[in-house]
Amino acid sequence: MYNAISSNIWKSFALVAFFVALITGIGYVFAHALESPAILPIAVVVAVISSVGSYYYSDRMVLAVSHAHPATREEHAHLINSVEGLALAAGLPAPSIYVIDDPSPNAFATGRDPKHAVICVTTGLMEKLNRIELEGVIGHEMSHIKDYDIRLMALVAVLAGTVVLMSDWMIRSFWFRGRRDNRNGNAIFVLLALVLALLSPLAATVIQLAVSRNREYLADAEGAMLTRYPEGLASALEKIDQAPEPLKEASKATAHLFIANPLKKTDGFLSSLFSTHPPIEERIRRLRTM
Amino acid sequence: MATGVVLTGVLAVIALAVLWTIFIYNRLVVLRNRIDNAWSQIDVQLRRRYDLIPNLVETVKGYATHEKEVFEKVTQARAAMTAATTVAAQGEAQNQITQALKSLFAVAEAYPELKANENFMMLQEELSGTESKIAYARQFYNDTVMSYNTTIQSFPANTIAGAFGFKEREYFTMEESAREPIKVKF
Repeated sequence: MYNAISSNIWKSFALVAFFVALITGIGYVFAHALESPAILPIAVVVAVISSVGSYYYSDRMVLAVSHAHPATREEHAHLINSVEGLALAAGLPAPSIYVIDDPSPNAFATGRDPKHAVICVTTGLMEKLNRIELEGVIGHEMSHIKDYDIRLMALVAVLAGTVVLMSDWMIRSFWFRGRRDNRNGNAIFVLLALVLALLSPLAATVIQLAVSRNREYLADAEGAMLTRYPEGLASALEKIDQAPEPLKEASKATAHLFIANPLKKTDGFLSSLFSTHPPIEERIRRLRTM
Repeated sequence: MATGVVLTGVLAVIALAVLWTIFIYNRLVVLRNRIDNAWSQIDVQLRRRYDLIPNLVETVKGYATHEKEVFEKVTQARAAMTAATTVAAQGEAQNQITQALKSLFAVAEAYPELKANENFMMLQEELSGTESKIAYARQFYNDTVMSYNTTIQSFPANTIAGAFGFKEREYFTMEESAREPIKVKF
């Protein structure tokens, strides 16, 4: 368990560092091609501004979109006790607990930091899983909160947004400038910049999804650490995978928050590259070999 | 001229050493305070369990009026907890409470009307949840102790720890008697 945790943390660092280096490189090339050094800082500022709102209100937004209602002690005593217990194990304040009425078993965690955190589960999850499996899932969600994963994914979204903005700007200015400034050395940069502008949004998305998958593995490992029982989460993931119905209230925008991909599954290498979650078989295998 | 450079270099090294010492010292303080906080969290849960017991005893008495032995055990265990002054005695009292509660719930199995009583079911869930929380709180306490002890033992922080009197802390363990299986008599 300890090894899985530390290797995942290193991978996160590596991915984000690579992303930042990529952005700096692209920014440099674009700035030369357009002879405008302002492109990188402006793109960063715009990307930050457009992400700030959704990051700050991430908890309320997702809850509203998913039609979740707060859990009550009368109806969900066991859920509340489990969440409070795992919060104690993680050394965190207990997050707010919400419930979605849906037969599809799933759960998510959101909130910008542990003090404003929310854990939400579906009624399907509580019905289909036994107590140990439920604690495995809650441990996974608690780990997302403990690791500030929402904050990290917001940062990565800003990075990806920066790349997209810069590429967009690059293509537009090339379109409108035409061939006015045609120095030889500049032409190479312009060509390189165009290629990058077309490919880098794709690369940014791939990196963003790679970080998301990496954090899922990390949350699995740390969740197993909290419960000291990886089999609980492994068994829960098996049951969740076998459930036939997709989650009604999930959309592409919120899909990455859930513990298992709530939209219909597709197989194949390309789809796994563009998936927010790692394949469930691999997650279960890693848990069972901890 | 050369002495000026050497002097600056020496001062820089000293400044860095002082900053590093402050950093390590503060880190040790944070880790130590986490341990104390974690310990008091265990107490909070133990207190919660203690407070739930009278309600439970009354509910069970309403159905199982003749099970005097079990009620006495629970009452004694509770009294032992208030009387305990040393840490060892407190640990002993907590174990007594755990065993008494297990006997009480085992006895309740024989009374189906009691088991269907809503208040009893609520108390059962609350006590079971509290037992889990006690276990999780102890687990977290041990995690904080491990983190602190590892930092104290590692080089170079062990020099600071030794200099400022940071001592290793003990893990929470179960006493031998608590490891034995609980004997339940009907």
